[in-house]
Amino acid sequence: MIVGAIGLIYGFIAAPETVEDVKEMMASEHHGEGHADESTTNINVEQLPGNEVEVENIEGYESEVAEGEHGEAHGAEASHEDEHYEHVLHQLQNKPWAALYVAAFFFFMISLGVLAFYAIQYAAQAGWSPVLFRVMEAITAYLLPGGLIVFVILALSGLHLNHLFIWMDPEVVAHDEIIQNKTAYLNVPFFLIRAAIYLGGWVLFRHLLRKNSIKMDDATDNSIFKKNFKLAAGFLVFFIVTESMMSWDWIMSLDPHWFSTLFGWFVFASLFVSGITTIALMTIYLKSRGYLEFVNDSHIHDLAKFMFGISIFWTYLWFSQFMLIWYSNIPEEVVYFITRMEDYPILFWGMIVTNFIFPVLLLMNSDYKRVNWFVVMTGIVILTGHYLNVYVLVMPATVGESWFIGIPEISGVLLFGGLFLFVVFNSLTKAPLLVKGNPFIKESKHYHY
Amino acid sequence: MASKVLHAIYRDDDLLMQAVKQIREARYHIGEIYCPFPVHGLDKAMGLAPTRLAITSFLYGLVGLSVAIAMMNFIMIEDWPQDIGGKPSFSFLQNMPAFVPIMFELTVFFAAHLMVITFYMRSKLWPFKKAENPDVRTTDDVFLMEVDVAGHNVDDLTNFLYETGASEIKLIDNK
Repeated sequence: MIVGAIGLIYGFIAAPETVEDVKEMMASEHHGEGHADESTTNINVEQLPGNEVEVENIEGYESEVAEGEHGEAHGAEASHEDEHYEHVLHQLQNKPWAALYVAAFFFFMISLGVLAFYAIQYAAQAGWSPVLFRVMEAITAYLLPGGLIVFVILALSGLHLNHLFIWMDPEVVAHDEIIQNKTAYLNVPFFLIRAAIYLGGWVLFRHLLRKNSIKMDDATDNSIFKKNFKLAAGFLVFFIVTESMMSWDWIMSLDPHWFSTLFGWFVFASLFVSGITTIALMTIYLKSRGYLEFVNDSHIHDLAKFMFGISIFWTYLWFSQFMLIWYSNIPEEVVYFITRMEDYPILFWGMIVTNFIFPVLLLMNSDYKRVNWFVVMTGIVILTGHYLNVYVLVMPATVGESWFIGIPEISGVLLFGGLFLFVVFNSLTKAPLLVKGNPFIKESKHYHY
Repeated sequence: MASKVLHAIYRDDDLLMQAVKQIREARYHIGEIYCPFPVHGLDKAMGLAPTRLAITSFLYGLVGLSVAIAMMNFIMIEDWPQDIGGKPSFSFLQNMPAFVPIMFELTVFFAAHLMVITFYMRSKLWPFKKAENPDVRTTDDVFLMEVDVAGHNVDDLTNFLYETGASEIKLIDNK
């Protein structure tokens, strides 16, 4: 975690400050390869060992060649170049912020997904899962700090300290009729009020559920359980509305021109499967340390079933969204996928492998779902895949083609991953690992598939 | 074939599960159990070999997927090239997204139907087949267990079965 924090600070410092810096950087990058590509007419110029793919317009390409040959630019070309470089500069200045945001949101969404899963267990009066309740509660403990961090990042965007959300920039809005029509909804104060409502609601529900769950340990009747049942049902109603709006606000509005009606579900599938995977990983880890001897292979089996099922659900939504837009082929919608396919090909297609093909093939066999190291391996791949999913959701709108997974990204994950683990394990120590007083606990202990 | 079997009738599936475990522990041989509905975990308790139906289902799914791919390629690309949503590229890969629902449906269709047919064949079930269950009540609400008498004493076995919770026991002598 500390390593992550240091890395992030470095990331911010390393972000280029001026147009001159970017020029210098790009010039040094292009000197080497500029000549090799001269013969190709392809406008996709690929450079850099660091996986960076840059799509440039013809002018940009020509001017680079000129630069490669002469080492300096002049005249009309120079103004083009300045524009281009300034564009890249903004993208690179956004990059550490976006990296921070992606990582912060990713870990936040895990704990939110776990909270939804936890509430479903109560609302459905599930008999198999109460032995896992304390693990789930511990993971949701990150909801408050994680939510605050996301909120602070959003607030900082609102204060124009970064340019993640272009609709927050009054200059952009002044020249953009589409965004102007949306200002009734997309404006900074309302945006932050909404964020506060979502977060406040979720944290409140989490707090009450947890409090009741601890009270239930000494309870003599089922009244608290009934209370939690009602709370959980209420939470789910509140959650499914606010989760959709959250996904529009926090992610979809990064591309303020584009919209998709199933976006909320798509983000939900991602956060739900990440959350379940995290429960499985945490459970297996704690069990291997001898803390959860009452958890048997059947519980792991059920979690793995959920990982399998929701992975397919995610793919279903991913494809539904993709196919309709692909089919209708309307430019303002298709551009969303074009940027992702052309600028992020490895991640965009790789995501399907990590989030669909891999879990489907590995977890299809009923026996494999009981083999702990299989579940762990698949779980790690799924989590990586869904980090990349968030990455591909956020990055194209914020840094465009100037992306690469570098120090800010990795350290962002380390920082929030460290904080996440710290909060979660800290919360695990606060209460006995087995809930008492839950009417289903006996069934759960004996649960056998 | 001169074999004697006992037909023990149980009235509850939990009771049946317990009885199966006790009988197997006592090293008696259970021939067959007739149930009005599938009892979860009964196959494992009886020690039956795990089913290979899932593997056949997976293979049928792959067959369905291949059929769908070949079919759509022939119909939409080769035999009568179609303009799909204004994308007359006449290439399978570029029109693939439009075929995915069909591929999915046929995968499910093949896997499900062929698996059911395989199941019927394996269980030797077909239309107009004469029912095999020895007691009509097993289609209603009782569970019937066939226990081979083999070399055991019939009285001992009967008492033991009553102890496991059987509500009635009949001796069947196949001569």
